[in-house]
Amino acid sequence: MIQLDQITKSYANSSEEIKVLKGISFKIEDGEFVAIMGPSGSGKSTLMHILGALDTPTSGKYLLDGRDISSYSEKELASIRKEKIGFVFQAFNLLPRATVLRNVTLPLIYMRVPKKEREDRARAALQSTGLDESRFDHLSNQLSGGQMQRVAIARALVTDPSLILADEPTGNLDTQTGEIVLDTFKKLNQKGHTIILITHERDVGEHANRIIHLRDGLVVKEENLAYAHK
Amino acid sequence: MDWWLKKKTWLMRISDLLEETYTALSTNKARSALTILGIVIGIASVIAMTAIGQGAQASIQASITSAGSNLLYVTPGMQKGAGIQISSGRGSAQTLTQADADAIKGSVTLAKAVEPELSRRYQVTAKGTNTNTQVIGTVQDYSDVRNVQIDLGSFLSEMDISGQTRVAVLGPTTRDDLFGEDSDPIGQKVRINGVEFTVIGVTVSKGGSGFNNSDDAIYVPISTAQKYLAGDQYVSTIAVQADSADNMTAIQEQVTELLLQRHKISDPTQADFSVMNQADIVATASSVTGTFTTLLASIAGISLLVGGIGIMNMMLTNVTERTREIGLRKAIGAEESDISQQFLLESVMLTFIGGAIGIILGWILAWIVQYSGVTSTQVTWDTVLLAFGVSALIGIVFGYYPARRASKLNPIVALRFE
Repeated sequence: MIQLDQITKSYANSSEEIKVLKGISFKIEDGEFVAIMGPSGSGKSTLMHILGALDTPTSGKYLLDGRDISSYSEKELASIRKEKIGFVFQAFNLLPRATVLRNVTLPLIYMRVPKKEREDRARAALQSTGLDESRFDHLSNQLSGGQMQRVAIARALVTDPSLILADEPTGNLDTQTGEIVLDTFKKLNQKGHTIILITHERDVGEHANRIIHLRDGLVVKEENLAYAHK
Repeated sequence: MDWWLKKKTWLMRISDLLEETYTALSTNKARSALTILGIVIGIASVIAMTAIGQGAQASIQASITSAGSNLLYVTPGMQKGAGIQISSGRGSAQTLTQADADAIKGSVTLAKAVEPELSRRYQVTAKGTNTNTQVIGTVQDYSDVRNVQIDLGSFLSEMDISGQTRVAVLGPTTRDDLFGEDSDPIGQKVRINGVEFTVIGVTVSKGGSGFNNSDDAIYVPISTAQKYLAGDQYVSTIAVQADSADNMTAIQEQVTELLLQRHKISDPTQADFSVMNQADIVATASSVTGTFTTLLASIAGISLLVGGIGIMNMMLTNVTERTREIGLRKAIGAEESDISQQFLLESVMLTFIGGAIGIILGWILAWIVQYSGVTSTQVTWDTVLLAFGVSALIGIVFGYYPARRASKLNPIVALRFE
C-alpha cells in the first residue's frame, strides 16, 4: 500500500526556491491500477521519482508498505528500489548487447538470486507479458519497440515488486503497439500487481481504474473509472 | 556462517561480475585492446629491463668469483670512505713494491699464496698483427690462485720469475687476435712495447666478458715486466689467497698491520693502500649494477604509469558513455558498491590481461637479448610477481576514481542523460 501525506519537493535555484510539489496526498491500495496524469510542468516526473524511491521529498511522509521512506539514505533507497519497485521507462532502457533473458535477470543479479532460479523467474515473467519464447535468446536491440517494452515490463515484474511504475510507457510506440503494451499492464493488474502509470495522454490514462490529475504541483482531481471498464 | 552471508551480499556473484565485465570489455574491442597494449608495453619493458640489469649483475658477480676463491686484494691508493676504488687506484698510485709482497709472503703465515701483479695496457705486435691488451706481470702461483688453466704449452715457472726471462702466456682472445683463431703460437715471438717475448703457453678460455676479461690478456713474469716494461720495482696489486674462508678476516688484519708498519703510517685512515676481499668487491659491483637495474626499471616504470593513465582515460570515457545504463542499473536496485565493483573489475581485468601478456612478451624480449649476445639476462620470479602485483595495483588505483564516479551518479540525472 502507498500513502502520500503532504509531500512537497522544492529545488533551490541560485536566487529563488522553486516548489515543484506543493503538498500532495493520496492513497493507493494493493492491486490498484492508477494513472497519474498532468501536463508537462505539473510535477508528475518529480512525483514519479519520489514514488519510485529515486528521490526523497523535501517534506511530508511517504509510506510504502507501512514504512516511511521519505527520509531514507541513498543506500536504503537502493534496496527499496531493488525489492519493492519495478520501473518501466519510455525509452525502454534495455542493455542493448545483452540477450532478452539477461536483461530480465539483471534485477535478480543485484538481489543475489541463484542462477537457476533467476532464469526460471525471468522466463515466467517474460511469458506473462506475452512475448514469444523464440525471442528470449535474441539480443534486445534486435527487437521491435513493442517487444522491447514487453521485455522491460518483464524486467520490472521479475522481482515481484509491490509497485510497478511506468513512466510514459507508450511514448515511443505507435498507437497499435501502445495498445498491446497497455493491455499487458491490464492483464498484470488483473493478476494482482499494483501499477502506477504516469502519462500526459488521456487515452493512455483511461486504461487505468483511477486517474489522479496533477496540475502545478497539486492534486486537482481524482477520477474513478472502475465502473467504465466493467 | 554470518560473515559469509554478509560477504555474499556485499559482493556480486563472481561469475556474474565476470560476465558483466566480459560483456563490457568486448563491446568496444578496439578500445579495450589499445588500453591493454599500453599496459603490455609497460609491463614488458619492466620485465625486460630488470632482466637485463639482473643478468648483468649475475654475470659480473660470476666473473668476480671466477677470478679465484678466498682472495684478498691489496691495491695502492687510499681507500675513500665506503666506496672502494675499483678503477682509479690500481696502477695510478705507486706505493706497493715487490718488497711488500715478499714481506707478506714471509710473515703472514695463514696465507696460502701471495701473488704480486703488475698490470698495464701495452701495444703488442706479432708478425704484422697488433693489438692493445692488458699485460699482467705475475708469478707462477697465479694459475692456481686465479683459476687459470693452460690449454697449450705451459704457464710461467719459478725459473722464469727468478731468471727474468722474456716469455709470455697468451689469453685465448689475444692469441686469436695476434695469430689467428685456434692457432698454435708456441715458440712464436711477440713484441710488447717493443720488447721481444717468446710465447710459451695459451690459457683455457674462462668466458669472461665486460669489465674484467681474463681471456684478453698476456701473462709475463713480474720480474721481467718490472725490468723491461715498467723499469721500477712497484706492483699494481698483491693478491693474497687464504687457506680457508674463516681466515680471511685474520689475514686482512695481519696484512694491513704489516703494511702500515712497513710504510711507517700510524693512522690507519691515512693508509696509502687498501685491502679488499672478494665479498667487498662483489658488494660494490652489486651496488653499481643494482643502481643500473633500478634506473632501467624506473624508465620502464614510466611507460607503465602512462599505461595506467590510459586505463583511467578509457574508464572515464566508459562511465560517460554508459551513464544511462548506470542510471538504469541503479533504478532497478544496483547499490553503489555493485556499480563500483563492476567498473573496478573492468579496469583490473584490463591490467590483468595486459600484465599477463606483458610478462610473456618481456620474457621473450629478455630471451632475444640473451641470444643475440648483447648481454646475458635473467628473469626472476620476484620480478614476475612484482610486475603482476603492480599491474593489478594500477588497475585498482587508476580504476578507482572512474568507478567511484560511476557509483556516485544520481540515478535521475543518469537516466535523463543523452
